[in-house]
Amino acid sequence: MSAVIAWVEAFNGKAIPATWEALAAARMLADTFGVSVAALIIGEGGEALAAETGQYGADEVLLCADSSLNNYRLEAYAGVLTALVQSRQPRAVVAAATSRGRELLAASAADTDSPMLGDVLSLSVSADGWISADRAGYAGKVLSETVVVGGETQFVTVRSRAFKALDPKGGAAPQVSSVALALGEDQIVSKVERFETEAGTVNLTDAAVIVSGGRGMANNPKDAPADAGDAAVWKARDGFANVLQPLADSLGAAVGASRAAVDAGYIPYAHQVGQTGKVVAPDLYIAAGISGAIQHQAGMRTSKIIVAINKDKEAPIFKMARFGLVGDLYQIIPALTAEVKKRLGK
Amino acid sequence: MSVVVFTRSTPDTAAKVEADASGGVSWGDASTVVNPWDEYALEEGILQAKAGAGKAVVVAIGGELHNEALKHSLAMGLDEAARVEDAGIDPTDSLAYATAAAAAVKKIGDIDLVLFGKESVDVGSDQHIVQTARKLGWTMLSYVSKIVAVDYAAKTIKVERMLEEGKQVVTSKLPVVISVMKDINEPRYPSFIGIRKASKAVIPVWSLGDLGIAAPLPRTKVVRYKNLPARDTRFELIEGTPEEQAKVLVDRLIEEKVL
Repeated sequence: MSAVIAWVEAFNGKAIPATWEALAAARMLADTFGVSVAALIIGEGGEALAAETGQYGADEVLLCADSSLNNYRLEAYAGVLTALVQSRQPRAVVAAATSRGRELLAASAADTDSPMLGDVLSLSVSADGWISADRAGYAGKVLSETVVVGGETQFVTVRSRAFKALDPKGGAAPQVSSVALALGEDQIVSKVERFETEAGTVNLTDAAVIVSGGRGMANNPKDAPADAGDAAVWKARDGFANVLQPLADSLGAAVGASRAAVDAGYIPYAHQVGQTGKVVAPDLYIAAGISGAIQHQAGMRTSKIIVAINKDKEAPIFKMARFGLVGDLYQIIPALTAEVKKRLGK
Repeated sequence: MSVVVFTRSTPDTAAKVEADASGGVSWGDASTVVNPWDEYALEEGILQAKAGAGKAVVVAIGGELHNEALKHSLAMGLDEAARVEDAGIDPTDSLAYATAAAAAVKKIGDIDLVLFGKESVDVGSDQHIVQTARKLGWTMLSYVSKIVAVDYAAKTIKVERMLEEGKQVVTSKLPVVISVMKDINEPRYPSFIGIRKASKAVIPVWSLGDLGIAAPLPRTKVVRYKNLPARDTRFELIEGTPEEQAKVLVDRLIEEKVL
């Protein structure tokens, strides 16, 4: 068929936002190659998703539905994708560069000895059909222009928010064809025991707005209770929960943190932005009480607008910021939350 | 249970890294360090090998630059080190890396656990990790934040994985390849005795011939490194009382269309 296959990633039956961005990248590649886009949906209950993929650029849908595929597992999913690549030899396979997308495509690329450009920021295709991409290298300090030099199917994962999803369009739902299951349960050695979701959190890599706190969160004027243990830790945690979180809620934002705040125990590691945390690219990044060490910059320097709030006017974060507010975050953040609620009516 | 940990040397995390006119990359006279994510893999390697009464071997794929990371690993307490270098492998080509890495694990032999840090910050990639697992034909457990239990008799392992939406608890049969997250442990500092021992260590260098494989077919290539597009250098300092600052900031963010 020689199409471009786009893996549609869903969690709890709902497509993740980055998957439509990946579908837009697949559409661009397919149009350049002059072939169609086939959306691959793995797991039961994919029929509703199938119609949605048509709105975001898919020409047809390949559906592999089996109860053994309802919880994502690399072995099971890679079995399906690898068999599909072997039988249909698509020009390219595209997915979002999420935890799952990265490992799934890397696995199938290895199984089929195919080239892979992972976590790309931009894409182009040469006259002879090889894909070329800009990727982040050296902790995001430089870009590496990487090209495919051999192989049949070219695998690509696209970084969240680097590509824009197509505007959803109407029209007939794409035709759905069934794809056979590749591995039986007895051939899969890993078993998922349980999944613990953190309630109410916004995914940092998808977020359009991020509010992050750093070491300065410990300067909470509130008195820690006598039985609090480490007063600084109590104050910072209280500040994240009762000062930063309300601002994030009013903006529909995710809460991030600097490594200093995470290492001090102010907030769990899942919130860390930076070289040994998450790399984010929101439209708006508000850094409160973060000095802006180069390792933190590695995780947020591609944010569109950076706002720095810090009491030290010499903090390096101001050199990256579009807007700087020198002062006490414990006075500025509540004032900002009130202003946002007043102006945006939230 | 014996363990292999893969590592590499990367520029100091505070180093200024720039592309040059010829498309190369340099970090001036800044030193190199162990790839930041690998410290956690190395620490876990020491812990797991000790708990499983086996050895911990550290391997780097690439040029002499990576001896720094290997010596640091030995100083931390890993038992043995080796480096794979061959003109036939481009370590930025994940499939070539994985082919060599899988062959190195087989050469060492009798390994139940291969560990990597979450990603290599220089190549900016984690795909070589998954591909090493596939080339070995082993299970890949990525983004592991905790090894909950290892049953040496039954040859099973239970881990917690950190994904976007939360924590997944998975059990699998050994052998496995694991990539680790930062909060899995607190990496130790090399001891004085460890540093002295490591400085005297002679690290073997293996070619593809030593690994018994032919050069893998090239699949991708870095054509050139480029500097980041210049950031918007406009800066506005917003002054006044907290309420005045908040009001002006919201005005500006609405003008910039980010609210």
